[in-house]
Amino acid sequence: MSRIHVTTTINNDETDYLCETDETLLDVLRDHLDLTGSKEGCGSGDCGACTVVVDGRLVCSCLMLAAEAEGRTIETIEGMAGGDALHPLQQKFLEHAALQCGICTPGILVAAKNLLERNPNPSEEEVRYWLAGNLCRCTGYDKIIRAVMDTAANTRGAA
Amino acid sequence: MPKDEYQSRDFKVVGTRPIRPDGIDKVTGKARYGADITAPGMLWGAILRSPHAHARIRGIDTSKARAIKGVKAVITRDDFTYQPEDSDMADILDNCMAGETARYDGHAVAAVAATSKSIARAALAAIEVDYEVLPHVTDVDEAMKPGAPVIESGRQQENVPKGYSENVTGRSQYGHGDPEEGFKQADLVIKRSFKTAATHQGYIEPHACLATLGSDGQGDLWVCTQGHYMVRNVCAGVLGLDAGQLRVTASEIGGGFGGKTHVWMEPTALMLARKSGKPVKLMMSRDEVFRATGPTASSSVDVKIGMTKDGKITGAAATYRLQAGAYPGGIAFLSAMCGFAPYDLENVRTEGFEVMTNRPKAAAYRAPGAPMGAYPVESVIDELCQKLDLDPLDARLKNAAREGTKSSYGPTYPAIGLEATLKAAQSHPHWTAPLGPNQGRGVACGFWFNFGGDTCVSLMVNPDGTVSLSEGNPDIGGSRASMSMMAAEELGVPLDQVRTIIADTASLGQNEVTDGSRVTFAVGLATIKAARHAVEIMKERAAMTWGIDPEAVDWRDGAAHPAGPNAGKFPPMTIKEIAAIASNTGGPIAGHHEVNAEGAGVSFATHMVDTEVDPETGAVKVLRYTVFQDAGKAVHPDYVEGQFQGGAAQGIGWAINEEYIYGDDGRLQNAGFLDYRIPVASDLPMIEPVILEIPNPGHPYGVRGVGETSIVPPLAAIANSVSRAAGVRLTSLPMSPPKVLAALKAE
Amino acid sequence: MVAVRLWGSLAELADGQQTVEIEAANLRQLLDGLVRAYPALKPQLERGVSVSIDGKIYNDTWATPISEESEVVLLNRLVGG
Repeated sequence: MSRIHVTTTINNDETDYLCETDETLLDVLRDHLDLTGSKEGCGSGDCGACTVVVDGRLVCSCLMLAAEAEGRTIETIEGMAGGDALHPLQQKFLEHAALQCGICTPGILVAAKNLLERNPNPSEEEVRYWLAGNLCRCTGYDKIIRAVMDTAANTRGAA
Repeated sequence: MPKDEYQSRDFKVVGTRPIRPDGIDKVTGKARYGADITAPGMLWGAILRSPHAHARIRGIDTSKARAIKGVKAVITRDDFTYQPEDSDMADILDNCMAGETARYDGHAVAAVAATSKSIARAALAAIEVDYEVLPHVTDVDEAMKPGAPVIESGRQQENVPKGYSENVTGRSQYGHGDPEEGFKQADLVIKRSFKTAATHQGYIEPHACLATLGSDGQGDLWVCTQGHYMVRNVCAGVLGLDAGQLRVTASEIGGGFGGKTHVWMEPTALMLARKSGKPVKLMMSRDEVFRATGPTASSSVDVKIGMTKDGKITGAAATYRLQAGAYPGGIAFLSAMCGFAPYDLENVRTEGFEVMTNRPKAAAYRAPGAPMGAYPVESVIDELCQKLDLDPLDARLKNAAREGTKSSYGPTYPAIGLEATLKAAQSHPHWTAPLGPNQGRGVACGFWFNFGGDTCVSLMVNPDGTVSLSEGNPDIGGSRASMSMMAAEELGVPLDQVRTIIADTASLGQNEVTDGSRVTFAVGLATIKAARHAVEIMKERAAMTWGIDPEAVDWRDGAAHPAGPNAGKFPPMTIKEIAAIASNTGGPIAGHHEVNAEGAGVSFATHMVDTEVDPETGAVKVLRYTVFQDAGKAVHPDYVEGQFQGGAAQGIGWAINEEYIYGDDGRLQNAGFLDYRIPVASDLPMIEPVILEIPNPGHPYGVRGVGETSIVPPLAAIANSVSRAAGVRLTSLPMSPPKVLAALKAE
Repeated sequence: MVAVRLWGSLAELADGQQTVEIEAANLRQLLDGLVRAYPALKPQLERGVSVSIDGKIYNDTWATPISEESEVVLLNRLVGG
């Protein structure tokens, strides 16, 4: 089977890979590039555990072919912290105990960061609808929503 | 008083809310779950599954699949040459790989290992299976009738009366007194029938494992599971291996809720690894998780309750029929035990029937059997309160079980917390908040046993005085944090001096699975006792250094102290100082504890919920939700609250949306998260957790389990709320818009 | 003698008695004594039971002491999630 050569930017690093035509971006992230922070919960775009940012937009990486990433800029959970400094959302998720098993956490963090970049002052309802594509089965979302709201308030206060 | 019984004390670490030790790995994507590791030379496994609800397998031709380049192993049941004698093991084997008969849509019939995922998929497509389709049955009431298609003959227990299909494999009865006499004393008797749909645990991480197995029987397995010892024992039992030759390591686990207390495919991965001679990674798709791993049972229930005008329950009876899927087993007995457990009743009888159907083998799901036990009972109590014009919390308090009550399932309760949850509910502002049009408020109670079981913990004092704790239960929601906290509390050291890890099966003795809300209770107990063991050794070392009797040494604040003026005047020796000279005083210092922790404390909860019903569409919106539950002692309150909130959210899904939908062909029609819709963030309000602490007399810190009870009350609490909002009693779950609309129109 | 309460479908197999009396000082003697006195209970006891002794539930520990005053209730073997 002939493979496709793709050049892309992932978490600010120029990256290239060979992929099969039917491989998804998630397959390549996890199986070829060892970026296993993005999780496969459904493979059909319903759970959001594989959420990444492609050219500024949230994407379920299980629904995007790896070959489509040519020339794009991709951000995954692995690029969220700056060295050993956690992103404020990551820190707030820990402080609010906004995770139990943690499998949905990377996708939710990536989605929440994207929300706050667009809307630094979201209402609870806006946070809930923004994250409606990210399933969590452990927490009932309560502490997740609080962590996102608290991050937003803190960031606004600091600005 | 024995030292492992509850003693009141002032806690320094327990009860605080530190950041969990596995937190950074989980917010940065570094934590490694079932599918997150690879091995050199690894192959990709994949499983072929039956498209039929019930079919005889006349033959399987794997020759075309084997001929595909990159395919390294193809297996069917014929490759599993070891036949377990134990019937449970034989059932697990048959469920992992069908023998003569495919028993449900999704039953595994063959598996492959190949050099890439796409080659593995192509190989599955090239396998030809010759099926003879058989009649099937998926509904529990239909499956009980004589003449229903029989899933497997000869599995009926001696306790089933004549006149039922062989699909009815077991029956149990609980209770005391005479309900019929009780009904005569009642001012109002209500009898109703209820149904609940099968629901899936819905953990976001599909099952995944990485297996190696040599021809010498030595193997390694990395797997997401609630119990890696269980996985080891079952895989060894199913494949005829020596358990000691198989080392199983638990990955981080992406949710389980009971669904990962079973073995669904790990023997297949090991068999593929043995046949190919290479490591094999096997992962389920979401479709496979829905079709081939156990949801909980669906149920059909009749309940009859009599009540006096002033709210006293005089008679209570219930019959529970639960479908267990394609193998014997089932949890109707738990429904029968739990349904009336919150109440002090003179006359109560319950009966449970376990029923086989052509569905996946039912699995444990958070307090298995208890939600469908409570839902019909709490619904009828609510209706009685409505018709007798009684306050539903007052009526429950009037009948509430308390210390000394003979429970509906037999034993007399020790100190329990039901009354405390009801009184907390009564005095909470939620109870008196105004409601708008089309809105209703529901309350319900729930009960769960909580378990103990086999548990091993080792606690090592390192040369620098820090502490390493090994336990054998996968951390499903913060238990490493809780264990570190209990060890720090007992040793009197700062929390950051303790690190807890989950040991593999070769490193600690047997541990029961992470189930039955047992971990904080049982592993916590073993942790405390391992710490006390280490303290005894450290006291001996200090005594030896001081040249006094070990009995003359006290331990407090992380240091050995002379017990009193007679013991001598020595400055305290800290754990750091004792550890530093350990080599000089007898060698390394470690405590350990191995126990079958029995005698866990039961727990109760009361839930309160407001819903609004849209009269145009029948849609139900949850507006406000409050959980009142007895935790015994909340070791890490954040994660206790998380258990309360998570259980309530799962219950909300069960009540309003979630169901396994089967077509007339016996195939599952909604095997994905789009059509099997679990609650999303925009479906839910904040869920307020109210923690009550009525100490468990059987735990040194008073801990009870907390994980499961929270899913027991929501089904009824929401049904009661919706029924009051809609002005009509809803008796079938889920209360999806079409059902609610039909009920509104029928009114 | 210890009074042991049986659940309904077990009582049917013990000549209809809801409560049976067994000579036992611990859990193992109790389970052995039950099978000796009521052989029809054997299949269920082999499948497993839990035993409530004075309100605490035990599954396995043979040496668990039982006194003549103990409240002893047989239960189906509990499973959890």
